[in-house]
Amino acid sequence: MGAQSVNEALIVERATLAVAGRVLMRDVSFRVEAGERLAIMGPSGSGKSSLLAYIGGHLDRAFAASGQVFVGEREVTDLAPERRRIGVMFQDDLLFPHLDVGANLAFGLDAAVRGRAARRTRVAEALAEAGLVGFAGRDPATLSGGQRQRVALMRSLLSAPQALLLDEPFGKLDSELRAGMRRFVFDHAARASLPVVIVTHDPADAQAAGGRTLTLKGDERP
Amino acid sequence: MAAALRPVRRGVNGAAGLAYAGLGAPILGGLAVTGAAAFGYLPALGQTHASLAPWRRLFAEPGLAASLALTVSVGVLATALSLTLAFALLARGRAALPTPLLAAPHSAVAVGLAFLLAPSGWIVRLFSPWATGFHAPPDWATVGDPWGLSLTLGLIVKETPFLIAIGAAALGDLPAPAQLQAARALGHRPARAWGLVIAPQLYARVRWPVYAVLAYGLSVVDMALVLAPSHPAPLSLIALHWLTSPDLADLAPGEAAALLQAGLVVATLALWRLAERAAAFALVRLAATGRRSGAADALAPVLAGLARATLALGLAALAALALWAVAWRWPFPRAWPESLSLQLIAAQAPLLAAPLANTLALAGVSAGASLALAIAWLEGEDRIGRRAGSALIFAPLLAPQIAFLFGVETLAFRLRFDGGFPAVAWAHGLFVFPYVWLTLSGPWRGLDPRYARAASALGRGKLATLLLVKLPMLAAPLALAFAVGVAVSVAQYLPTLFVGGGRVATLTTEALALASGGDRRLQGVVSLAQTLVPLVVYAAAAGVAARWGRKA
Repeated sequence: MGAQSVNEALIVERATLAVAGRVLMRDVSFRVEAGERLAIMGPSGSGKSSLLAYIGGHLDRAFAASGQVFVGEREVTDLAPERRRIGVMFQDDLLFPHLDVGANLAFGLDAAVRGRAARRTRVAEALAEAGLVGFAGRDPATLSGGQRQRVALMRSLLSAPQALLLDEPFGKLDSELRAGMRRFVFDHAARASLPVVIVTHDPADAQAAGGRTLTLKGDERP
Repeated sequence: MAAALRPVRRGVNGAAGLAYAGLGAPILGGLAVTGAAAFGYLPALGQTHASLAPWRRLFAEPGLAASLALTVSVGVLATALSLTLAFALLARGRAALPTPLLAAPHSAVAVGLAFLLAPSGWIVRLFSPWATGFHAPPDWATVGDPWGLSLTLGLIVKETPFLIAIGAAALGDLPAPAQLQAARALGHRPARAWGLVIAPQLYARVRWPVYAVLAYGLSVVDMALVLAPSHPAPLSLIALHWLTSPDLADLAPGEAAALLQAGLVVATLALWRLAERAAAFALVRLAATGRRSGAADALAPVLAGLARATLALGLAALAALALWAVAWRWPFPRAWPESLSLQLIAAQAPLLAAPLANTLALAGVSAGASLALAIAWLEGEDRIGRRAGSALIFAPLLAPQIAFLFGVETLAFRLRFDGGFPAVAWAHGLFVFPYVWLTLSGPWRGLDPRYARAASALGRGKLATLLLVKLPMLAAPLALAFAVGVAVSVAQYLPTLFVGGGRVATLTTEALALASGGDRRLQGVVSLAQTLVPLVVYAAAAGVAARWGRKA
């Protein structure tokens, strides 16, 4: 996946987030190189998911934020989420229920892949990589939780992102599925040589991420 | 041997059955009578031989083809544009609901719009004589134009707020913000993402109300009496003209026109369904191209602006009603009355007392009874643990009123149940109940069942649980459902006219009786009263919701 692309680091500088007068974190900075992983941990309410939303550009308007986000040399801090080229996997797979599996993937697939035949081939390849050969015509509702999550990851990767954010993506999976899913996600991200940031409260996720861990304390008082 | 498995609970939903019988019998009976009469079977007139003569007369009507084309274009255009504008506003996030426009009867909006658009109306006055040079109203057909544009606009002004209200409620059931985030993370711009991801799912949830809007627009009578052209007239007005003609020979062709109206609605709905399929297919294709085009995002603010302008036009129409009601002298081309006075309202008050009383009584009875029946239905569902099918609820909203109400009146006459208050209240109930049920069923079914279980675990019986737990928790939607019912009842024209045999006068029948006359001040007074009744009830419902509504 995207092996030819040369990816760059994801850099966060001095991110400070506050909501309703409460400062969630102050001056958080980190750098995740292409192909590297960073796990963010911390208690509920510490702002883990908000930090991810800040990086992806999805932060709710109720928040106040300062800081900078870069993908390589490119500053994305003030860009709309759709222009950042930062993929996100949410806790819910958010496959669109009115589109079949193939159309969900094609919706994500970079428009640079032109022509219906070429796009179909690319979607079929992605399904094969996910062990879901022949699933293009299926209604997402008929898939298991693990299958849906794999489709969601492929959809994200097909949009040719330059970084990947994972927001507790395994939280809703059964524990026996989790290890396999983790390996699947991390392997694909590594093959695409993407910088990955994963938010989790499961130490096993952080360990499997095999990179550094950033722990947010939460509830900083000004 | 193992014991046979038994369902935990069983029973029948008596209230749902009653509602079906109460709605179904008059519609089916009315359609049957209309169908028979359309082929010349009119036993009351001593005609018992089937014949095609009514149809020959109908098809010999000059300009019938143009009438049909006008009817279809008004209904389809008004529905498509209302839907587009409503979705355009919903896509922009939370929109404030224009309550006065939701509450106002169709005919009052039509009268107010005529006050704005007419050659001597407010809009021309605002620009005269300084910009236009007019010292007398120009000779323009801005109201009742031959293409039905003013009628289409009237429908759009009234239906867009309705679809916004319905859509906003349905949008709450979708994980729209999360899905939009996901689409944007894939690189799609907001309006395009909304159109490709949210719009199809939302449409699937508001389909039936959209069909109701389409059926209404195709067979509209009340707004048409004010805004439609007369040559060619929409089919509904041709049917109305014949059905209310003093010449009994017009009756059968009138019924034929009414039946043709029903056929036209069925055919157009079928075509609409086909267009739906085609649009769904095209949207999936478009989504699968993966193109991140910005065209939708350039268009979205324009459409949202048009939607806001439409709502503003509707509110201006209501303001025009109010102003004409208190205008004492307002010669052309002045933009503001020379003098204001409450004298006309005071003079009309005694004459309006009886129609007002009828309006209030019909609204109170039909909305109250509909609310009680809807509560019984939904409580019955909770007790049986099974939902009654609700697709037929829409039948009265899809069948054109003109196609079955005259038949209902004929049946009621045979059963000696016609012309009186109870018959008219029932006829109102046919249209009030579906809206009351639709307003209440969502919140009722959305109530967490554990509250009721907790109450019964505390030893409370079913009735006590209903009265002490469920109904108080649902105070806001109950009040809103009642207000919606009142608004629907106040707006009814044909049920009052036909089933009341012309003897039950309401504000709406008075307003439309005045529509062809020239006295704007009088029209303003009656239409204003007609608008204030539901508006006051809506305000009271909002008060109930604020005082007793569930704290979220």
